[in-house]
Amino acid sequence: MAGLGRGRGRGKGYMSFSIEAVGIGKGENLPPSILQPTPLFPPMEHKPVPLVMGEEAEYMLALKQEFRGNMKTLPFYVRQAVSKKDVERYSDKYQNSEPSDNTIEWNPDWKRLPKELRIRVKKPLKENTSLSVDTSVGPKPSKKTRVDKEEIIHKLEVGITLEKKEEEVTSDEEEGEKKKQEEEQQDGEEEYDEEEFEEETDYIMSYFDNGEEFGGDSDDNMDEAIY
Amino acid sequence: MTAQEVRLCGLLLQEHFGEVVERIGTHLLRGGAQNLRTIANETNTPLDLVKKSLCVLVQHGACDFGSGRRGPGSPVEYRASCERVLRVLRYPRYIYTAKTLYGDTGELIVEEVLQRGHMTMSNTVKTVADRLTHNMEEGRSMEYSEVVSAFSKLVETHFLQRCPPVAEMGTAATSTTPATPSTPAAPASTAPPTAEINICYTLACCVCVAGRGKRRRSSDDSEEQRGGKKAKMDSESCGDEGIYWLVNFERFHQHFRDQAIISAVASKLDQTSSEIVRTMLRMSEVTTTQTAAYTQPLSANEIFRSLPPNYSISRPILDQYLSLLVDDPVGADSPPHIPTLTIGRSIAELTLDQATLESVVQERFGSRSARIFRLLLRKRHLEQKQVEDFAMIPAKEAKDMLYTLLSENLVQLQEIPKTPDHAPSRTFYLYTVNQLPTARLLLQHCYKTVANLIERRLFETKENKRLLEKSQRIEAILASLQASGAEPEQLTEVEEMITAPERQQLEALRHHINKLDSTENQVDETVFLLESYIFSTKTK
Repeated sequence: MAGLGRGRGRGKGYMSFSIEAVGIGKGENLPPSILQPTPLFPPMEHKPVPLVMGEEAEYMLALKQEFRGNMKTLPFYVRQAVSKKDVERYSDKYQNSEPSDNTIEWNPDWKRLPKELRIRVKKPLKENTSLSVDTSVGPKPSKKTRVDKEEIIHKLEVGITLEKKEEEVTSDEEEGEKKKQEEEQQDGEEEYDEEEFEEETDYIMSYFDNGEEFGGDSDDNMDEAIY
Repeated sequence: MTAQEVRLCGLLLQEHFGEVVERIGTHLLRGGAQNLRTIANETNTPLDLVKKSLCVLVQHGACDFGSGRRGPGSPVEYRASCERVLRVLRYPRYIYTAKTLYGDTGELIVEEVLQRGHMTMSNTVKTVADRLTHNMEEGRSMEYSEVVSAFSKLVETHFLQRCPPVAEMGTAATSTTPATPSTPAAPASTAPPTAEINICYTLACCVCVAGRGKRRRSSDDSEEQRGGKKAKMDSESCGDEGIYWLVNFERFHQHFRDQAIISAVASKLDQTSSEIVRTMLRMSEVTTTQTAAYTQPLSANEIFRSLPPNYSISRPILDQYLSLLVDDPVGADSPPHIPTLTIGRSIAELTLDQATLESVVQERFGSRSARIFRLLLRKRHLEQKQVEDFAMIPAKEAKDMLYTLLSENLVQLQEIPKTPDHAPSRTFYLYTVNQLPTARLLLQHCYKTVANLIERRLFETKENKRLLEKSQRIEAILASLQASGAEPEQLTEVEEMITAPERQQLEALRHHINKLDSTENQVDETVFLLESYIFSTKTK
């Protein structure tokens, strides 16, 4: 460093290696030294090559976007538990809330996982199927809620089976299809059904209009006037 | 596990599995092996969410667990695998390859297995048959047996493999046979544990083969099927419980590498020589291991016999082509005194990687810098003056370009002292390119690029969230109106709810997002080439 100090006093250009060797001639103009970090979006001297466009590229693009969309609907997409709002809203009963309890929505092969990871599996509420609940190593409050749920479900099951059979025929095609899909899937999503069961309501979910169907087929249960 | 890799892994996990899994995943990637309690405490996540996320990660193979550091008594430790998460970027390519090789059925099978991590054969067959039936016309449905045959073909060519058995925690780790199915035992379960490679690709023989895909159209159809399905559900145990299949990424990678070699030969020589190389590679597909430097030696006779029938070239011409290939570095290689040919995979990798590096330099710095770079790659070490002479570029510009390359770390300076005191006036300074570190550098740049692309895409989506939601709602309204048979006036009325400038904005947004997505796919191709080169040098 002493050499550099002396060098600085003498004038710029003294470096620890011979600059002729790397090609800087004597007295040549060097570009000025940069005193700040490089800009975030430096100007590009050469334009980048255009993207490959073609059938293959478009197909892979579609595959990718579809895959992403599908992953969001699968139970592997873990959502954070919804925090309870301060005031209970009337519409809470009818809106699908994200699963906020400590259950897992799909049924992994527990033999392939360490015992400590075992959580209660959310019961797929298929009609006439026996409710099989895995015992969990989870915390105690879950047992209470489980018991409550089980009682309610047992009570309602008998009544609901008839109702559901009617509903299957009357509800429109799309919803029936969707439900079949849900039932057939290994993951058995049942938020839709559970809402009905748990809330002990006589109102059938499909008739609730939350404004998505604009001027649609909601000619029953309309409390509000249509303008 | 560089910072760029972890960042990219985090973004991929977030897109596919949600933020909770992303948090847990990045924590594991940064921190190495940890047990359950540590993860929960350090990420401030409730224990159940941690358990759920770990289940998801293990299901998809991104996380591994093993007994703790302090021996069998300590809590289970979990390790995340960065490499496995990065594979998510390549999923569209895998699915597309399966489609080109095995048609729609193969494509759907691979897609299902990728979505679920690992699945049993029966589940896959059922789901795929249902999906195919859904897309077919009325009255037709997909037989399970067709799907099963596609599945078997995938297994035979090693594109799908069995999940390795899980050693039991806390019990003696000698039981390595896979979980046996309930009643009819698959022949694989009796194979000795040492023959794991064979077990990997053996199909279970007792899969419920009978059945057709279910159509989910009319409700009365679904009623009777539900009855029938219930009966089947009760009686079926689909004897292959416990045998899970996952996608064999390495085999797909081998396929991609072979394709790269074939296309390189095709562009350098001609179509016929690429066909010959393709035949040679196909013949050695399942005989050579994936990391072998050379394929199985093949004699000219064998090649002649295995050529596809529509390429009827005569024997002497074939010999000419073969000698041409031997001369070319990317093509075949012939060990001396032995009349056989092999394809030097690692040499091919090297050449492909060089081509990648050269093209990167060309696109970023111009063709003259690329000329200098190529010169340095071929000639290894050159002095400043020699570079100017060989590249035929005037001194000043050559200097400029060399310094730019040096500042970007693509070119290095090597000192060779003439005297023991390393005096600067008596030292040679040579410019050189070290291929392996440069490849690693570019790979990190690529990871950073993809992460930036994903972030930009998320940003664009977030910015225009309101507009996207509005358009989704309008589409839903339109769909329901059309389903209930509304008049055209109503439809136009609803369509006009989106104004013209909004429509333009939406169009532009969609265009941008598609472009960003497509770019990710293409950067991934470069990532693949660089990764396979780096991996091949590591195993040497």
